[in-house]
Amino acid sequence: MNELERALRSAALPPGDAGAAAAAGKLLARAEDEGLLEVAYGSVESPFGDLLAAVTPRGLLRLSYDPSRNDTVLQQIAEKVSPRMLEAPARLDPVRRQLDEYFEGRRNKFDLKLDWRLTRGFFQKILRETARVPFGKVATYKQMAEAAGSPRAVRAAGNALGSNPIPIVVPCHRIVRTGGKMGGYGGTLGPYIAGPEIKQQLLELEGALDEAGRPRL
Amino acid sequence: MRLPPFQALLDEHRDDVYRFLVASLGRDEADDCFQETFISAMRAYPRLRDASNLRSWLFTIAHRKAIDAHRARGRRAVPVEEVPEQADAGGLPLDGEPGLWRAVRRLPTKQRAAVLHRYVNDLAYADIGRVMGCSEDAARRSVHEGLKKLRTVWAT
Repeated sequence: MNELERALRSAALPPGDAGAAAAAGKLLARAEDEGLLEVAYGSVESPFGDLLAAVTPRGLLRLSYDPSRNDTVLQQIAEKVSPRMLEAPARLDPVRRQLDEYFEGRRNKFDLKLDWRLTRGFFQKILRETARVPFGKVATYKQMAEAAGSPRAVRAAGNALGSNPIPIVVPCHRIVRTGGKMGGYGGTLGPYIAGPEIKQQLLELEGALDEAGRPRL
Repeated sequence: MRLPPFQALLDEHRDDVYRFLVASLGRDEADDCFQETFISAMRAYPRLRDASNLRSWLFTIAHRKAIDAHRARGRRAVPVEEVPEQADAGGLPLDGEPGLWRAVRRLPTKQRAAVLHRYVNDLAYADIGRVMGCSEDAARRSVHEGLKKLRTVWAT
């Protein structure tokens, strides 16, 4: 390589140049103005660690517990909803505020629009029924299957709840087993987060457990 | 089709695209052109058929936007007797070789783009051809002609 080519190759911007970062920062506002931002995502805090949250113009699309799965979760959203996704923490402010209030015991109903596009068919039916179970109450898998019009599909109802893309806000933790056993939680959780423990804590927060720590059916 | 989230594209390629635009247009115009490039990319993204070379796809868009910006500048240009040295200062991406980089920006469009794609973006000739919409050989020729012209102003 001759000297001219070497000189051309040394065309790096000075190290630490913030130009690209600043330019990229301005992109978000522009994309929103032009209606190109179809999925905004970022992290929100919870007592169980940071949650990944994604919203669309239709509403809250996804809440996810396990940070080690963030890339997989985002890729699924890109494929199922839209790849026009940008990190936009400010867009999550309403979700963040309501979750804070909920965890502080100051809110017992979420006032958020939901985007159901990550779930379909029978699973969506079950989850929509689940969304109607109020704060402080529990219901059984069997009741959910019945409410969705398929009384014998109890196991499928369990699978639907395990696949819930919007935990906490769609309160799948309020669904327990017939006879009052807690049942599983965290079908979508990774190995480092104790799903059943989270379920227990959420029901406790909502006052849905008796003195023995069992769901009040 | 597995298109990654657009944010991942931005994170991975924004520095390269920005550097190309600064080298091509100078810092003042690079910023606007950067927005234009990524907004266009985001608009077209869901319809993209081939996700195998997203980097050269982005450079294809940046390339066109840079040419548009050069043309717009040509239309705006007002002749002056002497260009003050200061005027170009915002456009210097580099420490060290201001003369050389001014010279690059004065090359004819094709040669300038080809030289930048080769030496700033480190693209292979086949990719340069793809980005510029010409053959691999034509890309190679443009790079060589550009270098030849640069040698006359940049004596080693």
